[in-house]
Amino acid sequence: MIIEAREVGRSYGSTVALREANLSVAAGEVVAIMGPSGSGKSTLLHCLAGIFTPDSGEVWFDGRRLDTLDDGRRSELRRTAFGFVFQFGQLVPELTAADNVMLPLLLGRTRRKDAERRAAEWLERLELADLGGRRTGELSGGQAQRVAIARALVTRPRVVFADEPTGALDTLTGEHVMDLLVGLAREEGATVILVTHDARVAACADREVVVRDGRVSDPYTTGAVR
Amino acid sequence: MTVPLALLGLLEREPSHGYDLKRDYDTFFGRGKPLPFGQVYSTLGRLARDGKVTGQSEPGGGPDRKRYAITPLGRQEVATWLAEPVAAEPYLQTVLFTKVVLALMLGRDAAGYLDAQRATHMRRMRELTEVKRGGPLTDALLADHAMFHLEADLRWIDVTQARLGALAEMVRTS
Repeated sequence: MIIEAREVGRSYGSTVALREANLSVAAGEVVAIMGPSGSGKSTLLHCLAGIFTPDSGEVWFDGRRLDTLDDGRRSELRRTAFGFVFQFGQLVPELTAADNVMLPLLLGRTRRKDAERRAAEWLERLELADLGGRRTGELSGGQAQRVAIARALVTRPRVVFADEPTGALDTLTGEHVMDLLVGLAREEGATVILVTHDARVAACADREVVVRDGRVSDPYTTGAVR
Repeated sequence: MTVPLALLGLLEREPSHGYDLKRDYDTFFGRGKPLPFGQVYSTLGRLARDGKVTGQSEPGGGPDRKRYAITPLGRQEVATWLAEPVAAEPYLQTVLFTKVVLALMLGRDAAGYLDAQRATHMRRMRELTEVKRGGPLTDALLADHAMFHLEADLRWIDVTQARLGALAEMVRTS
């Protein structure tokens, strides 16, 4: 398993978001986390990605405890081993598409020339070769999400975390974005963990789990699927 | 039910022999279930009897030597059919609803059934997603149609799952 949540619990004040949540994801797998609003699915994703620290339980990544790492080590891991695609707000609208894609490379001290070359390659793979010089604030929703995917994959992450990546897009645009995200992640051998309430998006994954009232129900391991 | 109307529609496009009609039907509407030749000719026979097509014999004999053309009556039937929306299916009468209510009545695991049904629907959604990835546009559009229907069922499954406690209470007390 590349990443695992073991009996993870997390509360916000008196509100329990996750209760003894378990999830194991194999390397290269694409897994969708589904569930109603407020069920705890995004909290689970954030715990797996080391953004939130669980109140109880353990998170393991590639044979190492993630939840006990200090903030600095976790930030480094997020920058080097993880990629993120969210519904909104991850791109800097004043920067160009190419600058946005380069950002994680420059933060990781890649030389500017190399960063520019790799950003250009990824923009091309995301069918955005002509838009590298445009500010992301001027792009359509689908184009902006493709820039976000390029930015998530440019560091060649082991795991890509995506939280409602098509939530703001129409059906056909969302489908195109998902095809690119899953197709390119597979080409790169990256694992994808995807939060969505949309069954069509979840159908792009290898399997899905459902979070209800903070508990993870996995029909493929509980015997619900015969 | 749709075979006669589909054949009429193909004939409105252009007059054809039975063989060509079968080939076009299989290409556009067959989806792995080819139309038997016997059904093509018996359907054309009924349409001719009802005045919706005419069959013009050509030299050489045999059923394949008959060229069929749509009549004004046939055209009218196609126009009416295409203008009419299909009746919305009464989803709440479906087998899903019956199974959930019966499971609750009998004290069985309705939530487990819904989970299993959900997973089965999702598995089919994944298969259809694959069809869309590799296939021609006609296959992709048919897969989309099936997926939107499955999605409606999935939303119903989720809502029912959330209301299972209230439904169980109602089933037990009525």
